[in-house]
Amino acid sequence: MPHVKSQSHHLMRSPVLAWVGIALIAVALIALPFALAQIGTAWVRIANLAILFALLALGLNIVVGFAGLLDLGYIAFFAVGAYCYALLASPHFGLHLPFWLILPIGALVACLFGVLLGAPTLKLRGDYLAIVTLGFGEIVRVFLNNLARPINITNGPQGISRIDPVSIGGIKFNTTGKVFDLAISGPMKYYYLLLIVLIIAIVINIRLQNSRIGRAWEAIREDEIAARAMGINTTQIKLLAFAMGASFGGIAGGIFAAIQQFISPESFVLVESIMVLSMVVLGGMGNIWGVVAGAVLLSFVPEILRYTVLPVQNALFGRAIVEPEVIRMLLFGLALVAVMLYRPAGLFPSAVRRRELAKADARLPA
Amino acid sequence: MTDRLLVCDGLAKRFGGVHALDGVSFAIERHAIYGLIGPNGAGKTTLFNLLTGIYTADAGRMQFAGGTIDGLSPDRVCERGIARTFQNIRLFANLSVLENVMIGRHVRTKAGVFGAVFRTRATQDEEARIERRAHELLDYVGLADRANDIARSLPYGEQRRLEIARALATEPHLLALDEPAAGMNSTEKAALGELIKRIRTDGVTVLLIEHDVKLVMGICEHILVLDYGKQIAEGVPEDVRRDRRVIEAYLGTVGDDSIKVAT
Repeated sequence: MPHVKSQSHHLMRSPVLAWVGIALIAVALIALPFALAQIGTAWVRIANLAILFALLALGLNIVVGFAGLLDLGYIAFFAVGAYCYALLASPHFGLHLPFWLILPIGALVACLFGVLLGAPTLKLRGDYLAIVTLGFGEIVRVFLNNLARPINITNGPQGISRIDPVSIGGIKFNTTGKVFDLAISGPMKYYYLLLIVLIIAIVINIRLQNSRIGRAWEAIREDEIAARAMGINTTQIKLLAFAMGASFGGIAGGIFAAIQQFISPESFVLVESIMVLSMVVLGGMGNIWGVVAGAVLLSFVPEILRYTVLPVQNALFGRAIVEPEVIRMLLFGLALVAVMLYRPAGLFPSAVRRRELAKADARLPA
Repeated sequence: MTDRLLVCDGLAKRFGGVHALDGVSFAIERHAIYGLIGPNGAGKTTLFNLLTGIYTADAGRMQFAGGTIDGLSPDRVCERGIARTFQNIRLFANLSVLENVMIGRHVRTKAGVFGAVFRTRATQDEEARIERRAHELLDYVGLADRANDIARSLPYGEQRRLEIARALATEPHLLALDEPAAGMNSTEKAALGELIKRIRTDGVTVLLIEHDVKLVMGICEHILVLDYGKQIAEGVPEDVRRDRRVIEAYLGTVGDDSIKVAT
């Protein structure tokens, strides 16, 4: 091909250097859980959660970043995926389907819910769409809370416990195993599983973005009327965005249920939707790597603060003046405000977003 | 009988009490350049919006290439072979010039999610074809060296040309241009006139809304004149420019210079 897209391939300027870089990152990612385990297994779990959130952020990024449709109820798809797994692999119904079978089912069911949400909201945009999606997220949660009677499907607020852990080819993921002389704990196994899923998700996202479908999403975000006049079936393409985004949520939900082995509707509240959206916005809407970075940052920083706020206060004042939790949320909020003020397109903005915001600035009166 | 590409019969559209279009009937022959003129608010753009499915007509029928296009959505109309540009340019402003034209190929290509994710051979070939065709079209309208620029950064005249390239990417039978010369200087207008003639020669029928009377009279074989939503004249330029009602309603209000040009 004579013409290569300049923006997507600027990393390839020096292929040798790029491969060395990729190899270094790969080694670092493989070694990471061992390093984290030295500090404490809790940190491996936090890393796992960060990857789960990255999966969610990638899914939401398809809807919000690519197609430009604001979704405030995204966590509902996470919930659908999680409950799919829980119901098909727990003593609750006595079903114990294998992991690799449930994951696609969860993705498919979440996908269906995505279409279910998308269909009635196709004509809505901006604030109106946001409100409807917010309502949708709550509806799903309320259903999960109440589908215990007359037939007990979700077990209501008690949630579903004793969910089967992941088990692939005889390897149980909830116990410590040994590779040569290296002890690999349950959370570490999940880390590698999640890492593989994340890499697949990133590849899918990149390929979608640089495809006919990805261009159609961009066209809708830029100018819906022009997109329709150019022959893009906006109904279909928007539904596709909702469906694709939702299926990522469903997969993340399934793995979440397997790791936690217990889920309840409490895990899928509005704040979680907002958290995922914050990751997308903070990282840089529409930029795949930015969104992943946003998810990792927003998962780790609050945890780091949780462990540092108290010791720092003790060192400074000799006692704890402010509750760690309060300080954590305060700093978190401040950080978000600062990012929005100084880097409104996100920490790692996509080129297109940066241009959009530049245009908005140019319109302001001098 | 001649080969008629588009036949409109009794088109009407009301907005509240305003008759934006009232019983407009005309036919466009294949390979023609057909002009649509009229003072501001005459209903020209409304007619375009009916034609391209953005509005639904209150009354009337539209036959295009042998089938009806009444009530079709804009994307279906585009699929049938009508592409348009917009009076107030509607490019995908933050995307590159090349991407704008590549998006125009959407309706004539097929790759779906599966093809995109697994990057099948068919998808790769299709992508290569899309990009090649987009470059060809940019070359065609004279924007070959602008391919990697951002659409918004282009000067006005080039943005209009880009809109034409994007519309041509959909492989239309009929290209509907809504005031393509607005904001252009005389050199650019002359070049645009040449481009439109070339597009027709290459087999695309052109429907042109234009305020520049010189341009319209110069390149159109047939002209339809609208005033207050009503069709007041239709015919070859020589007849239209002599039509009493046209001079009164349209040319008479423009100013002396324009009358001189037209008569």
